[in-house]
Amino acid sequence: MIKTIDDLKKACQSYTDAAAKVGKRIVVCAGTGCVANGSNEVRDALVKAIEANGVKAMVEFKPCEDGTVHVSGSGCQGFCQVGPLVTVYPEGFFYTHVKAEDAAEIVTETVINGKPVERLLYVDPATREKKETTDDVVFYARQNRLILGECGQIDPEDIGEYFAIGGYQAACKAYTEMTPKEVCDEVQKSGLRGRGGGGFLTGLKWNLTLVEKNEKKYVICNGDEGDPGAFMDRSLMEGNPHRVLEGCMIAARAIEADEIYIYVRAEYPLAVQRVRKAAVDAEAKGIFGDDIFGTGKSIKCTVMEGAGAFVCGEETALIASIEGQRGMPRPKPPFPAQKGLWDKPTVINNVETLATIPYIISNGAETFRSVGTETSPGTKTFALTGHVANAGLIEVPFGTKLREIVFDIGGGITDDSGNIMEDGFKAVQVGGPSGGCLTKDHLDLPLDFDSLQSIGAMVGSGGLVVMNKNTCMIKIAHFFMQFAQNESCGKCVPCREGTRQMLMLLEDIIEGRADMQTIEKLEVLARSVKFGSLCGLGKTAPNPVLTTLQLFRDEYDAHVIDGYCPAGQCKALAKPEIIAELCKGCSACAKKCPVDAISGEIKKPYKIDVDKCIKCGTCADVCKFDAIVGVK
Amino acid sequence: MNKEYVNINGKNVLLEGEKNLLEVIRKAKIELPTFCYHSELSVYGACRLCIVEIEKMGIQASCSITPKAGMKVKTHTGQLREMRKVFMELLLANNHTDCTTCAKSTHCRLQELASKMGVKDVRFKRSKTHYPVDNSNPSIVRDPDKCILCGDCVRACAELQGIGAIDFANRGAKTIVQPAFGKNLDKVECVYCGLCANVCPTGAITVKNDVEQVWKAVNDPKKKVIAQIAPAVRVAIGEMFNIPSGEVTTGKIVAALNRIGFDRVFDTSFAADMTVLEEANEFLERKAKGENLPIMTSCCPAWVKYAEQYFPDLLNHLSTCKSPQQMFGAVSRKILPEQLGVSNEDIYTVSIMPCTAKKFEAGRGEFAVDGLPDVQAVLTTKELGQMIREAGIDFENIEPEALDMPLGFKTGAGVIFGVTGGVSEAVLRYAAEKVTGKTLDECDFHEVRGPENTKIAELEVGEVKLKLAIVHGLANAKKIAEEIRAGKCDYDIVEVMSCPGGCVSGAGQPEGWTTETTAKRTAGIYRNDKQLQLHKSQDNPFLTKCYDDCFDGEIGGHKAHHTLHTGYSSRKRMSDMDFSVTESNSEAAVKVRVCVGTSCYLKGSQKLMHELLDRLEAENITDVDVKATFCFEKCDSGPNVRINDKVISACNIDKLMAELNNHLAKSK
Repeated sequence: MIKTIDDLKKACQSYTDAAAKVGKRIVVCAGTGCVANGSNEVRDALVKAIEANGVKAMVEFKPCEDGTVHVSGSGCQGFCQVGPLVTVYPEGFFYTHVKAEDAAEIVTETVINGKPVERLLYVDPATREKKETTDDVVFYARQNRLILGECGQIDPEDIGEYFAIGGYQAACKAYTEMTPKEVCDEVQKSGLRGRGGGGFLTGLKWNLTLVEKNEKKYVICNGDEGDPGAFMDRSLMEGNPHRVLEGCMIAARAIEADEIYIYVRAEYPLAVQRVRKAAVDAEAKGIFGDDIFGTGKSIKCTVMEGAGAFVCGEETALIASIEGQRGMPRPKPPFPAQKGLWDKPTVINNVETLATIPYIISNGAETFRSVGTETSPGTKTFALTGHVANAGLIEVPFGTKLREIVFDIGGGITDDSGNIMEDGFKAVQVGGPSGGCLTKDHLDLPLDFDSLQSIGAMVGSGGLVVMNKNTCMIKIAHFFMQFAQNESCGKCVPCREGTRQMLMLLEDIIEGRADMQTIEKLEVLARSVKFGSLCGLGKTAPNPVLTTLQLFRDEYDAHVIDGYCPAGQCKALAKPEIIAELCKGCSACAKKCPVDAISGEIKKPYKIDVDKCIKCGTCADVCKFDAIVGVK
Repeated sequence: MNKEYVNINGKNVLLEGEKNLLEVIRKAKIELPTFCYHSELSVYGACRLCIVEIEKMGIQASCSITPKAGMKVKTHTGQLREMRKVFMELLLANNHTDCTTCAKSTHCRLQELASKMGVKDVRFKRSKTHYPVDNSNPSIVRDPDKCILCGDCVRACAELQGIGAIDFANRGAKTIVQPAFGKNLDKVECVYCGLCANVCPTGAITVKNDVEQVWKAVNDPKKKVIAQIAPAVRVAIGEMFNIPSGEVTTGKIVAALNRIGFDRVFDTSFAADMTVLEEANEFLERKAKGENLPIMTSCCPAWVKYAEQYFPDLLNHLSTCKSPQQMFGAVSRKILPEQLGVSNEDIYTVSIMPCTAKKFEAGRGEFAVDGLPDVQAVLTTKELGQMIREAGIDFENIEPEALDMPLGFKTGAGVIFGVTGGVSEAVLRYAAEKVTGKTLDECDFHEVRGPENTKIAELEVGEVKLKLAIVHGLANAKKIAEEIRAGKCDYDIVEVMSCPGGCVSGAGQPEGWTTETTAKRTAGIYRNDKQLQLHKSQDNPFLTKCYDDCFDGEIGGHKAHHTLHTGYSSRKRMSDMDFSVTESNSEAAVKVRVCVGTSCYLKGSQKLMHELLDRLEAENITDVDVKATFCFEKCDSGPNVRINDKVISACNIDKLMAELNNHLAKSK
């Protein structure tokens, strides 16, 4: 049991000593993406292959014989697109798309002979060069993985590995060397802002909760990540749950709370399982429980599964959900700092925010501030997806330019089939359904809380969806509005009814039923919903509409006034056309056309008279060569 | 202390401890529209119509803002007006707007506010999803198509009645207010108090309308149609006809009923006087024997159903007296056939009640003889108003007429039944004389009066010390009942009324319930008591005659008991329904009951039971009887297992085996 700072140091030392005896260390990514692609089988195959070569192998990290090969399953390493990922240390050879069949070769070549397996190395899509380690892979080289780094290094299910990298020492410092006020102040000095969307100063929030006089206070970790395409929190909870717990502990110390609730999205079974195990392990080791680090303080930690609604990520709705109520937001004030869970003062922070805390406490506010911008210090994780060559989870300092993320880390824009599309950039949707769109004018905008807010977008939880030129922005707005409508809790009128009407108006535009009044109504509604909704979700739900209206007004006008979709995505607005290369001139279409809109010469490409065409689709039905488009 | 002000539209308004900014604004005589704000319920903040612009805080819903000195507030800027109109149009676009035939037509808040806000056109598409109407029960009609989801009903049911028979389901545009699992109200714990209908601003929850069947009886020459009027009706019906709230209009009601074609018009207060005698007598008997105390009143049918559902173990505390409505029904069946010269089948009894649950009560099987209910139809005050309107009677100006005798004669004690504390006071007026044997000159008991939702009164009647609890709102009744269950109380009498303030604010009354109208009607009831010649039930001469004629002159005697008393039965849906999973072993020292209800099942109780059986077999433990059972009503902390009398929550196999071994060790 760890009862004092010395106990903790001894525990850490014993694991560090053990680490020194390990020979090769093979890290197999066991994040959800890689597991889905078979990384567990890879891991098993590796262990078998090692033992077949007469070498000792271990999966669970523990004191071992010299030269034992440690096969460790790590959390998500972010580059899910090329998984399953296997890295062999100390050389750091980085293998992609690894299959169980490759295990034998990895063992003989790399583990025994120390040479890379050439065919498994990562190939840069732009230069076609093979890269031996992640230092050479642009996707990683341009990142600064302060928070995510350990995710790809350690086994999340093994508290020993966390000890080996100095785990829980920040918490110990907070409990034994700092007063609650000092912890709050240090975090406030660091300028850390909430990573869940709002960007409120974490230290200030803590200070506001610390001053509340109450015997009972709570810390809630918000792991109900729900933005489409975002998986930052999931990766942290799956990849480094102890770090999240340590952050919670420090928060509890800071506000003098003795109870922690970790609310994990129910659709993240692996995260639920790992956070639960981490909490159990931490308690078994005496990190949680009574008399932590000999201070007489207690921590009780409860891991809860979410209720399956997006809105439960909103803090007051989340609190209602923990209390067993329907997850619906409550009016603020009172803020959770004054009246939170069971009406007690409560600090509620996002997973990523809490995972940042141990770093700040260990290294100090100044070190933290050395990265990022003045008003948005530190790094931010983003889920980079969409029409981009390298999709995955990335972490960059605040202030990094969009261009760097999309073109360097992301490796450039791709078409729908994944091929690089020169000059194909159209927009980036940032911050999920609450965020907004960025265009090529924003490519050199430093990404941080304030710059994004200034243009009507937000960091949100950090989704970055890259879109190429073939994307219809109205459809994007429609997609996010559909999401907002489905996930509205149904409580306040503007969000419940307003999003439904906005959705119908966007549908009208896509279906070619709109007129200028449609856009006017859309604008009025978007404004009213933005300023009138009860909670943050409603207030930000119109953002995708507002930013696209602002930045892609010409596209709206094209749909409504000119009746066509510039990206060619809206079928109802497609222009009837016979593709000359495909048409054999059989005349079947012309014979069937009820309004004689098709004419031509036999064996030569036919043509459609757009003005006559009623888009009944008969011609396309009879065409054997799929040469007719835009008629249905 | 310095005076503090909020600036509203340029004028300073003094702060006087208002709970929220909306109240300050309303005090300044600016009526902001609201749907989801009700002063007696928690703040909900969903309709967003009370939005205002506050300097440095932007646009906020004023109901959810604590007023602070120096706030600068604007209530009707261009943007606010635009937003309010948009929200109103959004509500209208999603509402069945077939106003003319709606039960709430002309007093619907949606209609009223749309008109006030000058909404002439709905810019948005009609987007109504159609839901079936819930007509399943005798009291309340739910029409979700008319619901604007303000949640007033949900909060009223949960916060004031402590039931939660309805709640929100689904998300986004599919959100709906409904009983659990989309069932109808008759299949859930609704007690038909009608509070939901009372607070509903639209026609989404209304009171079931029985006017047609009463008209049919009135127009049937064979039928003798008689009416009984409940106390609370006389001080409220005037509100529908330009007569101020609280004004006593008994004579006008009689005149109107006579015009409509009723053959006799009587007063429920006569039966209330009878209830006083029976119930006081029952109480004194129990007090003498010291059993089944406290006695709990049984006049309120919603409370009776509530007790049957949630406190079946306390039903012996309920007074066995029928409610005044049902006593009237039973007595009228005894007296009237002879008096009117017709058979019982041709007498059609209509009660005019402030209450929706009375409709349910009249239909209870125990209140019918050979299939003929003692009371055939129950009209609410509002329904009677509708009949009066339909008959074209000028209620405001009609000359009052006298009630028919004998069942129309009452004392003030029978009238004060209409307010909270009334039943207690009436009983005290009788009990005091009975106990002391002296005439009571001053018969007002102010200790039991007042609007508080829980009043505890301690007083001495002669040598006897009495402690009474008077509660309204079932959530408050629940607290008292739990005290009784825990054996932690020393009350003699517990009076329970479901509706806040008692029957005067019943769901059948004209206007929606507010504390202001409740106070006016209450004052009217006490005024009526004063206006009457007699104030003590025992002084009612017609009542004495009635006892002589029908019950051998004996209060609480055998005959009176047969006609005027009733019984109750448990409505608990989950009773002991154990079923064996192994060979039944009733001799076993330790009885284990594993809950396999939905919630516990989902939390793994089934698996737990199998683990347990495996362990018992493996460890060769035989002295245990394992059965599966349902619901210990601790779903939030399941899986639950009961070992003998001890319930283990959040149970797992280790906890279970440890506890089991404890019990086994003890049994040896």
